[in-house]
Amino acid sequence: MTITATSVDNKSIVNNAISLDTIPLSNVEVTRDSYKGKIDPDWCPGCGDFGVLTAMQKALSELDKQPHEVITISGIGCSSNLPGFINTYGMHTLHGRALAVATGMKMANHEMTVMVTGGDGDGFGIGGNHLMHTMRRNVDLTYIVMDNQIYGLTTGQTSPTSRLGMQTKSTPEGNIENPINPIPLAMVGGATFVARAFSGQQAHLVDILKQAIVHKGFSIVDVFSPCVTYNKDNTYKWFKSRVRKLEDENHDPTDFHAALDKGYEWGDEIPIGLFWKKDLPALHDLEPILHEGGPLAYRPLGISKSQSESLMAEMM
Amino acid sequence: MTNKQDANTDNETLVDFAVGIGGAAGQGIATPGNILARIFARRGLNLNAYNAYQSLIRGGHTFLTIRASDGPVRTMGDSLDVMVSLNQDTMDRHLSVMPAGSSVIYDEAKITPEDTPEGVQLCPLPIKELIVGNKLAANTVAVAVVLNMLGIEFDDLEDALERIFARKGEEVVASNREIANRGYEYAANNFKPFPFKAPRLSKGLAVVTGNEAAGMGALAAGVKFYAAYPMSPSTGVLMYIAKHAREHGVMVRQVEDEIGVMNMVVGAAHAGCRAMTATSGGGFALMTEAIGMSGMLETPIVCIDVQRAGPATGVPTKTEQGDLWQILGAGQGDYPKFVVAPNSQTELFNTIPELFNLTDRYQCPGLVLSDLLISEGTATVDPDALNWQPTIDRGEMIFPNGSADDNPYGGYNDNAYLRYANTETGISPRAVPGVPGHIHVAASDEHDEDGTLISDEFTNPHKRRMMVEKRARKMETALKLIEPPKLVGLGDASATLVGFGSTWGVNLEAMEKLASEEEIDVNQLHIKWIVPFHVDQVSSILKEANKIIIVENNYSGQFARYLRSETGIKADAHIRKYDGEPFMPHHIVDGVKLILGGETNLYVPTHEMMV
Repeated sequence: MTITATSVDNKSIVNNAISLDTIPLSNVEVTRDSYKGKIDPDWCPGCGDFGVLTAMQKALSELDKQPHEVITISGIGCSSNLPGFINTYGMHTLHGRALAVATGMKMANHEMTVMVTGGDGDGFGIGGNHLMHTMRRNVDLTYIVMDNQIYGLTTGQTSPTSRLGMQTKSTPEGNIENPINPIPLAMVGGATFVARAFSGQQAHLVDILKQAIVHKGFSIVDVFSPCVTYNKDNTYKWFKSRVRKLEDENHDPTDFHAALDKGYEWGDEIPIGLFWKKDLPALHDLEPILHEGGPLAYRPLGISKSQSESLMAEMM
Repeated sequence: MTNKQDANTDNETLVDFAVGIGGAAGQGIATPGNILARIFARRGLNLNAYNAYQSLIRGGHTFLTIRASDGPVRTMGDSLDVMVSLNQDTMDRHLSVMPAGSSVIYDEAKITPEDTPEGVQLCPLPIKELIVGNKLAANTVAVAVVLNMLGIEFDDLEDALERIFARKGEEVVASNREIANRGYEYAANNFKPFPFKAPRLSKGLAVVTGNEAAGMGALAAGVKFYAAYPMSPSTGVLMYIAKHAREHGVMVRQVEDEIGVMNMVVGAAHAGCRAMTATSGGGFALMTEAIGMSGMLETPIVCIDVQRAGPATGVPTKTEQGDLWQILGAGQGDYPKFVVAPNSQTELFNTIPELFNLTDRYQCPGLVLSDLLISEGTATVDPDALNWQPTIDRGEMIFPNGSADDNPYGGYNDNAYLRYANTETGISPRAVPGVPGHIHVAASDEHDEDGTLISDEFTNPHKRRMMVEKRARKMETALKLIEPPKLVGLGDASATLVGFGSTWGVNLEAMEKLASEEEIDVNQLHIKWIVPFHVDQVSSILKEANKIIIVENNYSGQFARYLRSETGIKADAHIRKYDGEPFMPHHIVDGVKLILGGETNLYVPTHEMMV
């Protein structure tokens, strides 16, 4: 993709922008290394989030996305440190607010590929309200939840996806609250791409992420990403023996009710893969002001004399 | 309109009158109010309108005051010349405060006046006969009667009715015209007109609310993203911008809550848009964490807090200046921001582009302190006083102008570009996402010059200190770019009235009243810019004051404390009001007299109108 040559050349603008020399981009090849971040992840050795980061880097490079055309936006938590570990534009925002920030970003620059990363507490707990509304709006974002069923960065308290009875530092006698099931929640909430993956199954995860990024609309990928330090229940071994790929079962991701039934399956066998997908216009497609003129963020500012005269006339 | 002669065109005496219209919500007070306001403004009269209402859609008591004059009008004034009473409740509430020489208009079949004060002209109308079946036109009759008594030609009303009812069809227009004419003639034959005629001046004026002015200012400033959650009394901004969004290429989003609003605004602003929101105190409280993020990310945003009476849900439809300290303390931590309190609808308009220039330049949040009185209040605005094509200064920004770096993936990895470069001015050139070669992370955690988080693995007190100082240093030059407050009135006055925001008009009018009616000279120092604060100028002006009287719409004297904290100056006396209603000029006059008479140093006026 070439860079849109948009300018802010409104003559009333005092433009202090630094000018850059122009070079063609077409001869630079994107590899996984293009996405290698400057900082080594600060996660515990063995953390499931490493697998998610690697899969994201693979997916983006295999899709031939230019790093500067991608932004990774996170909230707060262990997994939310991810934007620092990947070479894309990044925002590390507030706890639970990544989806709201990302919606603002996507509306202001709908040509950017917007990835949102975070954990189960960030997305399903403190950020639950934003999740619900981002799904119904079908904002074209790829939301990757590194779901470890625990609050890790605060050293091991219960999370909205912790199982009933789970003993954590805030539920020492066992959790008495029902967990959220993100798959039916997302489907009923209006997400148009709903998938689950496992950090321990790299090739499958990369494949799911690629589909999620390509999908036009809100895609959510709930990734089992084991916390090796604070969650002794939901370990690699625990997941590995249970996950079954929907892709091996001839599941039809366009059959809503079948997908919903699959979403409720939980126990000795847990389905992973693409549950549900529907092509609907994304929010930015429905906003006529974005149909031409490039990203809002790059457009010239100010209004013309005839525009202001017309606004003034209404008030007379 | 055809040429019309007006006897008062050359009259040099100022005409100054106020019309009150009262009834229950749902009785259609807005339409007659709107007709009168537009007619006055088209004649070139200045006006100020204030609507006292409650948080309900039907019932209760709504009272609209429209004051007009060929001189400046900055408040709703002190008394009414004519009251239109649409129900018995209005009559019962306000008849006793109507002064001699005023008139009261009402439907004789439905409303009975009791204990009419001496010298008040009762104007009973046989509404049923006049409207002949068109119940919706009852208020049109009242408008016609008021206009007749003010000596305003019927043509003006005809014109207004046509404009207002045009979309309902010629039949509705004709019916209203006929009924209005009957009311107009009825008044001519039965009621005593005012001893003056409302003049016609050469230049028509615009009628705007503060919320509309803020929306207009946002369009002039180049706002491309506006998000909000409806909250009285700020919702008018959302509605104005939403109405004009498509034609001006503005993205408007109504968000699930104010937390989402401010985070979305920060996201859009980070992308490079000028992004804005307006809310009231409760919504602002929810936004504050994200306002702090704007400070940390150095992503400029603008937010208007239209104050209403608090705390909590408070009195949703009443005014107050009780959010000053909330605004000052917005967001945890210590970071630079702008806080500005415009004094009127016109100043609110012009402040929005000015504030965006400052926030773009200094890469920090800009907060506007308005209140219900300004934002839902209506005033005439001279079209020439609005700068629709202001200078737009986006500061040091880097856009993808079709150009690239040697390494388009670079930036974050190669350190060629440092988003948070520790420059001498503290201002670091801001690349928006999408620019090749400028990849970086904008982090709400403390970060290094390149955006790397310092908080997780290796916190570093030297880096932390450097970044705190870098952000703070930005503001060192800001004060020079904003206008210092000026003393208005005689230098050697017996007292100096000090206030911020919406009390400007009432203080100025009180000052004029004190001089002309009481032979007391006071002057006025009104503060627009709260942060940064012109400590030197304010201190040197107030050092010369004989008596400092602070006027503010809150209980605890929030501005008095702020002034003291910034300058060390302790005010001599205070006039405060916290009953939900705005000050009227005589409240200030009474307070100044009592204070100068040594009777008190804290005056809290009683609001006479039960609204």
